[in-house]
Amino acid sequence: MTLKEKEKSWKEISIAAVCWKPSTEFLTGDWKTYKPVRDPAKCTRCLLCVIFCPDGAIHWKADRNDIEFDYNYCKGCGVCANECPVKAIEMKLE
Amino acid sequence: MQSEEWKFTAKDIAEKPDLFMSGHRACAGCAPAAVMRLILKATRGPTIVTMATGCMEVVSTIYPYTSWAVPWLHTAFENAAANASGIEAAIKVLRKKGRIKDEHVDVIAIAGDGGTYDIGIQALSGAVERGHDFLFVLYDNEAYMNTGIQRSGGTPLGASTTTSPAGEVIPGKLEPKKPIADIMVAHEIPYVATASPYYWRDLIIKVRKGLEVEGPAFLHVFAPCPRGWRSDPSKSIELSRLAVETCVFPLWECINGEYQLSAPSKVIAMAPQKKKPVKEYLAVQGRFRHLFTPKYEKLIDEIQRITDMRWQKLLKKCGIA
Repeated sequence: MTLKEKEKSWKEISIAAVCWKPSTEFLTGDWKTYKPVRDPAKCTRCLLCVIFCPDGAIHWKADRNDIEFDYNYCKGCGVCANECPVKAIEMKLE
Repeated sequence: MQSEEWKFTAKDIAEKPDLFMSGHRACAGCAPAAVMRLILKATRGPTIVTMATGCMEVVSTIYPYTSWAVPWLHTAFENAAANASGIEAAIKVLRKKGRIKDEHVDVIAIAGDGGTYDIGIQALSGAVERGHDFLFVLYDNEAYMNTGIQRSGGTPLGASTTTSPAGEVIPGKLEPKKPIADIMVAHEIPYVATASPYYWRDLIIKVRKGLEVEGPAFLHVFAPCPRGWRSDPSKSIELSRLAVETCVFPLWECINGEYQLSAPSKVIAMAPQKKKPVKEYLAVQGRFRHLFTPKYEKLIDEIQRITDMRWQKLLKKCGIA
């Protein structure tokens, strides 16, 4: 089997194939069908969505005292919308 | 134990940077991924994580990407606990010889239910018997999910999996779940606990307690899997709440052999009318769909009976009933 030009041979990959790139470079945002949209007026900033998000795609911005969705990683599972105690998050078809 | 004084708010947890980073390739709505994030939010300093093969190992380290911002080691399926004992022993020796900075390093071993109940139990049993200072976290999604939903020792009675398919012949898995946490209590280790991601504060405190305790600690975390349980991805965290409310998965901790119920389960023990029927928990999962047909209806009563029996046993151990 010949290697394609961009593929590396075993001599060039990292020792023991240790992973060396942070996964944050791999965007999983294009997986989603539904997109969470938040109503900032309803939101009480309880941060439950930040805690429960399996993808860590909701960030707490202390300087702005607000949360922010990172659609680059959001897979659209809807856990945030389901757990939101005031139902401020709605899942909308992307 | 110090953690009783460790006070934190949701804001503190949200502000702490994720050590289990975004971009991992878990399914949408994966509760184990949420559990990994919460576990690493509870770390207190230098930490080394070692993992058995399993969903979380596979999705987080697809070459050349890694989701771990902590030193991380994986060797094989069966030896997460053996890895942890090796790491702990190596650190001890290196510190004694002055080769590394003289500071405490926490070791966390993480395994799924396959890597704990079935394949990893001998390594785990050996490691806790030798008394290594590490925390073993079992995230229990109740089957071998990443290889295609095969039954494991952790799969509950009546669940349909690809190796215990519900149909004409059998009503899903025929055997009840193995009480793994009680098996670990029988090893007489200083700290054993169960946790559920919906009760995130309880989970984080238990991880911290497990790290602080001298000697081996074992934490059994309930982690719904929408893919294998055939449930709605958005209901993963809700299912982890329902499991506690129906007493299918009660929350307790056992410190030096003394059982005590944790707050969410204690509420149910104090006010039994709050205990929900298991039917409510089963109905939202596709893997129990066949139980709602006339042929296998009776199995729901059997599941209720086993759940009640285990709950009563637990209450007795906690000195409540």
